[in-house]
Amino acid sequence: MIAEFGQYMLALAFAVAVILGVLPLAGSFLRGSTGARLMAVDRPAALLLAALGILAFVSLATLFARNDFSVLLVAMHSNLQLPLPYRIAATWGSHEGSMLLWVFILSFWTGAVAIFSSSLPDVLRARILSTLAFIAAGFLLFLLFTSNPFERLMPPAADGRDLNPMLQDPGMVFHPPLLYMGYVGLSVAFAFAVAGMIQGRFDAAWARWARPWTIVAWCFLTLGIALGSIWAYYELGWGGWWFWDPVENASFMPWLVATALVHSLAVAEKRGTFKSWTVLLAILGFGLSLLGTFIVRSGVITSVHAFATDPARGVFILLFLTIVVGGSLLLFAVRAPTIGNGPGFAAISREALLLSNNVLLVVAMAAVLLGTLYPLILDTLDMGKISVGPPYFDSVFVPLMAPALFLMGIGPIARWKEARLPDLYARLRWALAISVMAALLLPLTVDGFRPLTSIGLFFALWITACVLVAVADMLRGPDGRLSLRRFLLHPASAWGMHLGHLGVAVFVAGVTISNSWSVDRELRMEPGQTVVLGDYAIRFTGLKPLTGPNYDSTQGRFEVRRAGAAADGKPLAILSPEKRIYRASGQPMTEAAIDRGLTRDVYLSMGEPLDGNAWVVRAHVKPFINWIWLGCLIMAVGGFVSAADRRYRQHAVRRRAAARIVPASA
Amino acid sequence: MKALRFIIPAIVFAAIAWFLLAGLDRNPRDLPSQLKDKPAPDFSLPVTHDPARNWSPQDLRGRVWLLNVWGSWCAACRIEHPVWNELARSGEIPIVGLAWKDLPENSLDWLRRLGNPYTVVVSDVEGRVGIDYGVYGAPETFLIDGDGIIRYKHVGAITPELVRTKLLPMARQLGGS
Repeated sequence: MIAEFGQYMLALAFAVAVILGVLPLAGSFLRGSTGARLMAVDRPAALLLAALGILAFVSLATLFARNDFSVLLVAMHSNLQLPLPYRIAATWGSHEGSMLLWVFILSFWTGAVAIFSSSLPDVLRARILSTLAFIAAGFLLFLLFTSNPFERLMPPAADGRDLNPMLQDPGMVFHPPLLYMGYVGLSVAFAFAVAGMIQGRFDAAWARWARPWTIVAWCFLTLGIALGSIWAYYELGWGGWWFWDPVENASFMPWLVATALVHSLAVAEKRGTFKSWTVLLAILGFGLSLLGTFIVRSGVITSVHAFATDPARGVFILLFLTIVVGGSLLLFAVRAPTIGNGPGFAAISREALLLSNNVLLVVAMAAVLLGTLYPLILDTLDMGKISVGPPYFDSVFVPLMAPALFLMGIGPIARWKEARLPDLYARLRWALAISVMAALLLPLTVDGFRPLTSIGLFFALWITACVLVAVADMLRGPDGRLSLRRFLLHPASAWGMHLGHLGVAVFVAGVTISNSWSVDRELRMEPGQTVVLGDYAIRFTGLKPLTGPNYDSTQGRFEVRRAGAAADGKPLAILSPEKRIYRASGQPMTEAAIDRGLTRDVYLSMGEPLDGNAWVVRAHVKPFINWIWLGCLIMAVGGFVSAADRRYRQHAVRRRAAARIVPASA
Repeated sequence: MKALRFIIPAIVFAAIAWFLLAGLDRNPRDLPSQLKDKPAPDFSLPVTHDPARNWSPQDLRGRVWLLNVWGSWCAACRIEHPVWNELARSGEIPIVGLAWKDLPENSLDWLRRLGNPYTVVVSDVEGRVGIDYGVYGAPETFLIDGDGIIRYKHVGAITPELVRTKLLPMARQLGGS
């Protein structure tokens, strides 16, 4: 019953999406009461779409929670032994399920726009919701005809085949929903851009409406990517956190563009310039989300992550991608010449710095895109099959990001329209001097001169110092004294920006320090043996077999102490890495054990059993590695703070107040 | 004329879309048609553990064997490595490792750490043999029969299930006939 109910909800959602995609849009071109009536369909229809999307998704989640093996998808991806949280996560662990998650989140965003859009002009809102509904209709069609998640299995299976063990992890429960919140959230910015292009007008109000939505989507994308990276770090078992895998790139490219978009929207709002560029970024950002879906779901590019691929479905997504992105780019080609450029600005100004950063981000995205698609392009041209590894990405991406990081410090301090170099120099010379000196000296206090480490540290310190200079300016009163009471005088968006920038500094510091001073060794260890790694002594005390709900495992026990501490003293940490065999699939998995800390991780994973009780043990000490994800978290918090700015809501409040006054006076 | 530049994004997108469409026909997990049931390209490469000695597929003539293309730099190779270790313990089929675009010292280090499931490992430092085999990215695995004909190819990390349901049954069938 539930499966049929879910499928029914999907079919209804498709019908509602078509109505919402057509009627309000048509109404927006008509004058008079007919147009108004047609447009008035938009909000109720959007809320209905959201409700149907949620019901369809909850249906599938319920089927998984109840392990209904008469549903093909459940039989394929769940198992009687699979614990409940992973059964729920298995809802989106398959192709069909993850597309349903996509539709669910898209309908959720559509509903959210309908609720929080009372301040928008009716025509703009109707067109935005129609655009979102058009996208939803495309995905619903895809679900219903090529990837039905509710397909029955007759006769029902006695037991399911189990979820990929690599996905049986808390990180994987939250990673896809967060990532999709970001991916799909970019569709809102896209819909704003399309609606703006249809009306042919982009004013400061348009940018102010689009901004909080874009920022929130960006925050979710940041969190989603960071969580995926944490997952790779502890689940794949060799301590890496980013692999330039096509699927990682697929989520990183929209992030780069969304980052550029968030900044260009700021310029469009404050200065009325960069308008056509902003629109192009909004199209690109969502286009790359769709491309990412295409890459992951079509199997056109091989990837470690290709958990669920099917080339046949690629045709549909590609067609849809062409209609949505190709269509909007053509609209852009027609409309952009009339958008206009807005007021000019000098070569040294905040606009120019933001434009440079935007260009660097987009070029970096293009480089990642090229690296991701290059093997495919060569293959198509019959020039042979090749693979592009991390060396390409590292050597292209890092030099592009270095100037971006440098300019990031100056941007918020430079003045709009025209800034003077001598002024900037006067305000930032101490920041520059201190960060250069500290970056050179810090490695010397550890183990000597390290040019690359110093460069990385310089960027982290430079950004921090520039943020401090800017914050000091904000808190300085007319009398020149710092006062915390001035905190509230500034908009939340400014504090959010500085917080976000600090997050980047923390991230860069984490990457630099962990890359420079990680120690890792792969050793043969027997119970009773102690090895010294960096500042830590690691003692292998024994092995025990362990029976999990759906796996059997061998668990090692290790005591971690400071090197040189008494061997019978209380250990700093006891780590229990595991080697698991999942029963349903026979797949071996390494479960790393990590003693986490703000300044270092001690990371152990078990390799292969050797003769007797000896094992290959991989041990790492990774300084400051958690700063990588802490930085991402700070960036996202900064984004949320920005999006919560009162200015974005004031409009709505004022209008509601006005609406209350009207009946009273009438 | 100036307005024309706004059409550039649409043109770039059209080009990318064309490549993606063309790419759909070319499932990278499929054996390229020119290699299907064709003789495995011959080569002679230095043995990684003993670079003075060369090894060539001729040495396994008459046996069904697996050629596994890997590299110490390759993330997915780590994922499949335990599966190879497991298969090697059964001793059912020789597994030849092609250390692709990898420095011998890195390959050796890797094998020392993670175990060596390979009957023999050869080093293809410049990746030329990889080109002959149409290697798209590591890891890739080829099943080659006693006459030196490629019978099956898998792109990406292998799984215990694939070994159980595909590689071993195919190898047994080829070995029996």
